[in-house]
Amino acid sequence: MADVFDRVKDIIVDKLEVDESKVTMEASFKEDLEADSLDVVELVMELEDEFDMEIADEEAEKINTVGDAVNYINSQQ
Amino acid sequence: MNKTALVTGASRGIGKAIALELARNGVNIVVNYAGSKDKAQAVVEEIETLGVRAIKFQANIGSEDDVKAMVKETVKTFGSLDILINNAGINRDNLLMRMKESEFDDVIQTNLKGTFLCIKAVTRQMMKQRDGRIVNVASVVGISGNPGQANYVAAKAGIIGLTKTAAKELASRNIRVNAVAPGFITTDMTDALSEEQKAGMLQMIPLARLGTPEDIAKTTRFLVSDDAAYITGQTIVIDGGMAM
Repeated sequence: MADVFDRVKDIIVDKLEVDESKVTMEASFKEDLEADSLDVVELVMELEDEFDMEIADEEAEKINTVGDAVNYINSQQ
Repeated sequence: MNKTALVTGASRGIGKAIALELARNGVNIVVNYAGSKDKAQAVVEEIETLGVRAIKFQANIGSEDDVKAMVKETVKTFGSLDILINNAGINRDNLLMRMKESEFDDVIQTNLKGTFLCIKAVTRQMMKQRDGRIVNVASVVGISGNPGQANYVAAKAGIIGLTKTAAKELASRNIRVNAVAPGFITTDMTDALSEEQKAGMLQMIPLARLGTPEDIAKTTRFLVSDDAAYITGQTIVIDGGMAM
């Protein structure tokens, strides 16, 4: 669990250039991390590469918070 | 490192001319084709004589699976995908009143949806690269309309709108999207016209000649070059002055 969260966090910090402390499970990409729609699409692409998985568009649309992403990845592994 | 371009419908006509023009400027080429395997192979061989690499790839651009596989193969072979030329297209001309639903759907499927699917598929790679150049081949009839081509005109007008939207969505990732709108160009499509039809066309063209595939290829080469770094979302009409 922590492992997935840390890997997701690293990608978010790198891509969105936000402070690590802001990346919590509850943080919303758009509201708390100042991502726009295209940023979220890009993040999902990065997560797909990092975790070697394919996230369907319907699933990707449901990912609004860091926790959504972490939980989805955990549910697939 | 050489740039890589994917050119759809590159086995003949305008697509072939664009593929060769880009190759002459040091770009590796993926020659997409639907059915003309031998012609595609000949284009690959001609490109290789220009000192760059080329592969051919059979794909129906109206099929998302085909398009995804083609883009994957491109990146696997060349390591990048920098330029997309959406050229592939078909026509099924008929008067509106006689046009079958299937004739309308087929043309929209290949010409418009195929363009959308290719843009969608390459965007992933281009976003990662923070660099991409896309040129969609529209048509002057997408601006002016043309009797007997309701399906083709609708698709080409759609491509112009798609070009603008893609340009706006992708500009922040340094991906430029433009269109060229050829007028009457000497290709297999115009060779099928009668002498009388051709004479009628020439009267409407201020520069008084049909265009050549090379006319389109040279403008396309400019649009994908760094010389056009500040141009996105535009449709350049290349028609000898016919539609102004």
